[in-house]
Amino acid sequence: MHGMINRAIQCFMRDTYGVHVWEKVAQNADLGFDNFEAMLSYPDQITLDVLGRAARQLHKPVETFLEDLGTYLVSHPNVEAIRRLLRFGGENFTEFLYSLNDLEGRARLALPDLDMPSLRVEHVEDGTFRLSCSSAMPGFGYAMVGVMRAMADDYGALVFLEHQGWMDSGEEVITINLLETAYAEGRAFELSERIGGDV
Amino acid sequence: MSSFEFDPSALIAFMPMSLVFDNAGVITFVGPTLAKLRPAQDMIGRPVTEVFTIRDNGRGSGDDPIPLGTKLYLNFQSGISTPLKGMAAAIPAAKVNILNLSFGISIVDAVANYRLTAGDFAHTDLAIEMLYLVEAKSAVLEETKQLNARLQGAKVAAEEQAFTDTLTGLKNRRAMDHVLARMLRSSVPFALMHLDLDYFKSVNDTLGHAAGDAVLQQVARILSEETRTDDMVARVGGDEFILIFNKIVEHDHLYHLAARIITRLEEPVPYEETECRISGSIGITTTDFYDHPDADRMIHDADLALYSSKYDGRGRATVFDPLVHDGNVGELPAVQVGR
Repeated sequence: MHGMINRAIQCFMRDTYGVHVWEKVAQNADLGFDNFEAMLSYPDQITLDVLGRAARQLHKPVETFLEDLGTYLVSHPNVEAIRRLLRFGGENFTEFLYSLNDLEGRARLALPDLDMPSLRVEHVEDGTFRLSCSSAMPGFGYAMVGVMRAMADDYGALVFLEHQGWMDSGEEVITINLLETAYAEGRAFELSERIGGDV
Repeated sequence: MSSFEFDPSALIAFMPMSLVFDNAGVITFVGPTLAKLRPAQDMIGRPVTEVFTIRDNGRGSGDDPIPLGTKLYLNFQSGISTPLKGMAAAIPAAKVNILNLSFGISIVDAVANYRLTAGDFAHTDLAIEMLYLVEAKSAVLEETKQLNARLQGAKVAAEEQAFTDTLTGLKNRRAMDHVLARMLRSSVPFALMHLDLDYFKSVNDTLGHAAGDAVLQQVARILSEETRTDDMVARVGGDEFILIFNKIVEHDHLYHLAARIITRLEEPVPYEETECRISGSIGITTTDFYDHPDADRMIHDADLALYSSKYDGRGRATVFDPLVHDGNVGELPAVQVGR
């Protein structure tokens, strides 16, 4: 798994639960190092070990852990860059949803070796969308639920999200009910980083 | 020719950064994104060439002030100059011309200066992808920079803990301190030889550091060959070396070893078109001089003997003599061997 993803898991634990929780997980998973490096690659098994140990350490199901991780990636100031890159997807939540179809390609522009999950967004019926994702990391769909929930807040949209579990092909499916596109104010977004996101 | 009514608003979706000008070169219409850069009413009715400075590659066609069908480079005449790329084309039936503009590489500044949003760009425009890429690459570069800084720190730390001199492959001062302490603890007799290269500085100064490095590597080779496996050679300064000879304390034997080393050091080292010539001065002491041999004392005494060698003309070795060196450094001749 790309170091960027491992690093994100580490930062999530550090920023949310404190550095000692991360240290304990790193110890239990027998990493042999203190920190993931975002620009190095690690065997997939290491990521799975860390996720398992982390969930156990925090007494939560892995699914919940991943969903919280997704929320963190979009809403925590330490990883503001990710939120900004996702906001480039479109001017409202509907455009953002459709931009997920391009996310794999966009990610590859920046990091050609980042093994991003393939995402497919379809419109099912009025206000209902379906997101399917297939990934080397099982449970990635739960992280996407967290990401989409936080992005809905970011855009000020009101949504209802439901993880529908795995399909036989290994794909994960999430249904998205977009109840209202302009439910709340949302956070401002400027194309230029210099002007800043919150004006 | 039938009359043809031209409605520029149809162009807006395709080209929000365009303007329309008549055959006299006067602006008659301004696209909505361009109007975010300068108010439309400030441009409409004025000649294009008054609003912009225009440069082309000299391949334009037409008699108009604005060359048609070629790449144009434009800047605003007043305010933030904002370099733009553009191209103009005529629509003869409507007797108008269209000038379409784009930011090119000024996109990042322009978006900040004029607070543009995604809606200001045509759906076919790659501007948003460009901005996305700039930010993504900056974020990735920042991570890479941090990784490099951490690796650099780790490298410095590793070097500090290392026992090897990276240029010559010999042991370094830290390693020498360890070996010396260990040998003193085990009470084996040994000799400590302090070698300082002569004329090395002039090699460095006249032929450069690369020549100096070549000489140092040759010196390291000689010293390694002239010592046994249970002896030790360390580079302890720029051109200073300490050699420890295990279980050799007889002065004649040591003089012989030192003379061999000096003779070999004086062999010219070929470097590019020329030759480097150096020599070496040596000071020697042995554990036999002391009731309780001590590292600092031995190094100090070898230094005193080395000083005598330098004082007496370099290219020679001196064995420490308590009678001569304690207090009367260099004033009395020490026992020496010449070249």
